[in-house]
Parts: sequence; C-alpha cells; structure tokens
Amino acid sequence: MVNTKVTLSGLTLDNPVIPASGTFGYGYEFAELYDINILGSFSFKGTTKEGRFGNPSPRIAETPSGMLNAVGLQNPGVEAVISEELPKLKKVFNKKVIANVSGFSPEDYAYTCERLDGEEQVGIIECNISCPNVHGGGMAFGASPEAAAEITRVVKKVTKKPVYMKLSPNVTDIKAVALACEEAGADGLSLINTLLGMRIDIKGRKPLLANRTGGLSGPAVFPVALRMVYDVYEAVKIPVIGMGGIMSAEDIVEMMLAGASACQVGAANLVDPFACKKIIEDLPRVMEKYKIKSLEEIIGGAH
Amino acid sequence: MTDSIFEILENKKLARDVYCMRLSGDTSQITRPGQFVNIKIDGLFLRRPISVCDAGGNVLTLIYKVVGEGTRRMCEMRKGVKLSLLTGLGNGYDTSKSGDRPLLVGGGVGTPPLYLLAKKLVSEGKRPCAVIGFNTKDEVFLEKELKALGVPLTVACADGSYGEKGFVTDALPGDYTYFYACGPEPMLRALCDAAHTSGQLSFEERMGCGFGACMGCSCKTKYKNKRICKDGPVLEKEEIIW
Repeated sequence: MVNTKVTLSGLTLDNPVIPASGTFGYGYEFAELYDINILGSFSFKGTTKEGRFGNPSPRIAETPSGMLNAVGLQNPGVEAVISEELPKLKKVFNKKVIANVSGFSPEDYAYTCERLDGEEQVGIIECNISCPNVHGGGMAFGASPEAAAEITRVVKKVTKKPVYMKLSPNVTDIKAVALACEEAGADGLSLINTLLGMRIDIKGRKPLLANRTGGLSGPAVFPVALRMVYDVYEAVKIPVIGMGGIMSAEDIVEMMLAGASACQVGAANLVDPFACKKIIEDLPRVMEKYKIKSLEEIIGGAH
Repeated sequence: MTDSIFEILENKKLARDVYCMRLSGDTSQITRPGQFVNIKIDGLFLRRPISVCDAGGNVLTLIYKVVGEGTRRMCEMRKGVKLSLLTGLGNGYDTSKSGDRPLLVGGGVGTPPLYLLAKKLVSEGKRPCAVIGFNTKDEVFLEKELKALGVPLTVACADGSYGEKGFVTDALPGDYTYFYACGPEPMLRALCDAAHTSGQLSFEERMGCGFGACMGCSCKTKYKNKRICKDGPVLEKEEIIW
C-alpha cells in the first residue's frame, strides 16, 4: 500500500491532485461524470467582488502542445457564489475547497476574502495576483514584490483561513515575489498562472483572441512551471502548490520532486474531463514503479 | 456526456472542402438534433467540436468543412482509425415548439444538424420544409438526402450557379409555423429580421472544453450569460443580443 496523502497548512488531502481554478467551474459539470470526492480538493472558478462577464470572443486559441485563454475572470460575483454556487457544490463535494479570489484593488481582495472567510467549506483561500487577462488588476499585483506583499497583508487581516498567493510566471524574478508574500504572512504559494502569449490569424492579419493576448497553459508550459517551483521551493519555507501543464501521474511526481506539496491540474481537464480521475487512479502504480512509499517524503526530493 | 471510442467506417468528400465521416460507436448519449461531438485529434491539444448530422443504431454521421488544421487532419483519416469522442454535448433543438409546418434554414456547413432535425420532425408527424444556401454550385450538399426524407427543399446559391439565385432569406416560403436555423452569423441575423415567427438558432464559437467548464465560449443573452457549448449551441430568437 502506498500513501498518497499530503498536507497543506494543516489540511490533509487524500492525494495531491487538485483541479485548477477556471478549468473545473464550481465542480458540478464534473460531478455528473464521476464522484469528485476522490479529488484531494479543488480550486473553484476565480471569484471577484462583483459579477463579471469577462472578455469578448474569441477567448480560446490552440497552440503547439497547449492553448491560450483570455476568459477574463467570468464569474457571478462573491455574493452569488456564496448564495448559489457553494450550496450546490456542497451536495456533490464533501471535502474542503480552495476558494480562488481575484480583484482590482486591495479593498476588492479584502472584501471578497472576508465574505468567503465565513464559508465553512472553504479550506484555503488562494489569491490570484497573476491573471494575465484583465486590465487594471490581476497580474499587476503579482508583478512586483511590494504589490504582492500588500495584497497578502490585507487578505491576512480579514481571514483566519490559510492564504495562498497564486503567482505569475510573467516576472523577472519569481523568487523575489514569493519571498515578499512569505514575509507578508502568506501561508503558502500557488504557481504558476498562465504565461502571457499570442496567436495571429495569418489570413485576417489580426490577433486570434479578441483580447489580443491570452494565457498559455498545457504541456507546453510544464518545464517552465517545474523550474519555477524548483526555484521558489529553495527560496521559501512555506508550502508550494505546483501547477502548469500537468497531464499525468508521472508529472505529479516530477512536480513534487521539484518541491510542490500538492499539485493542480488545469488544461488537462478541458481535453479529458476524466483527467484528474485517471491521474488519481494511476498514482499508486507510478509510486510503486518508482518505489515511492509516501508522496510526502518526495517533496523537494530533486534538490 | 460520455467519452468513448469511435471507429471510422467511411470518410469521403461531399463537396468543395466538405467531407462526410461515418463512425461506429456508442451514440446513446446523443438525445437531440443540434447537439455536437468533441473529437480528440492526435497531435493537437484541443478537441474539435463538430455538429451531429445523423446518429442512431450506433452509427454517427458528421459532415464537416476543412477550415483549419484540425479539420485538415480529419479529412485525411482513413477507414478503421479510432477516435476519442465526447458525445451528447450541447442542448440541441427543442422540437416541441415547432408547430405543424416548421421551416429549416441552413447556411453552408451549418446545414448538417438540420438533417437529424428533419428526421425527428418527420417522425413526429410534422411537415417540415427547408431552405439551404451556399455560395456556389460546387459547395452544395445534403440536397438529395433531405429530399429523400420527403422534405420540400429549396436550394439557394449566392452566385446563381444552382437553384434559386440569392441568399436563403431571398428564398423563404410564406407559410411556416416556426423556424430552426444553423449557419453563419450574418445569415442568422438576417433570418431573424425576415422571419415572421419565433425560432431557434444554432451558434458557433471557439471552444476550450465543449462541456461547460472553461467559460471559453460564453455569450450574453437578454436573460443571462450563456455558454455556447453547454447552454447552447441552440438559442431562442427572443433571447439573442446581436
């Protein structure tokens, strides 16, 4: 018997597999397909103070080994999430969820996190300071250590739940941002968000996405994500949730060897709705193959 | 929705850039005309959504136009190739509102879903008629098949090389109880302006997942935001914001 349990800030997960925000909605599309209680946890769709429609279409483009998205944080707003989405989610998922939060000012983040602090099912608050698809917020806060620290501080003041800051790879030195978040009191870090990218329609001579740019995800970004998790693991003492292009149980092991305490699976869910289920079912086989008795003991094992 | 393996029975050219692929596999999740499947293609990351032309008896018929890399690879696939398909996607057309004499309007490669719809309407004892439009004669397909269902059919070609000269909106009959349409957006909009009844229209959008998870294909309607893949692709005339 292998042990797939991992721990994030006192929260024990049956396994390290967590669907990433924006690729799993609020869970129930997937709950129609399989019992999502097999997941370690899941990070729900990025939630903001007010409801948002997001960007105009097209919002999606194909890339080699991946995809671009410029959805732009479409969500019904925190009040609707609390009154409508979470009660529905509770019926299909009986574990703690990760509440993914975004905003356009420190006050936005504080408001949304304070509202979610009262929700019993929320185990961790994940602050997205790295969305590349919104203007005047999102990634701007993750682009400098000072701004990232400021958001960390205001959020920590309004919630007792563990706060994980979700970092952008679109920076010169991700370690500096990670350290700033840790010093400001973050309980953990999630990385990476998508890489800013673009495709151009040759025939129309215009960007394919209406937003012009979008966030790159999928297997194309896996080596970049792995390197950043590796670097950040060395720089900080708080746990890191690793993500970016994970497609298989082997990728989970690789990401944990780089330093991840748990992993998020994103784009894979969109091309195979059973991706997380398959990864969870395959993990024991891969662990046995590589003689891993407990996943917790391999965290950072490549250092 | 389910993910299952289909095997290609046949893949042949029907008209200019338009191919018909017949596959065998579990079609039980396809419950309404106007639904679509999402096809995994080796070497490409995102699946490709294609509307269902016909389904039943574990045979699925797809008619698709080569418009990019995904459909280009599809048209080169041979008999016996196995593909992973998500089936049962999308809301599809609601035939309960059709009345006795519904009108079906298809534009170009928007025509295929109207075939299964016509079949269903006929099986319900209704008397559908159809108008399908193309740019030119070389692009015309499904004419014989729709006529074989006993559906009175008008073909319109924009350049006058075949059938009626003009757009589908130039060839609409006077007497119908409801309309169902699929085609390019300018056609759908012109049709809504020209039609004297209510109707349902199927829309196309670039999709991420095809089953409602990623919000990649959202649109605004008069009542709420909808996902083309999950809450659509069929919308009602009254809710559409052009």
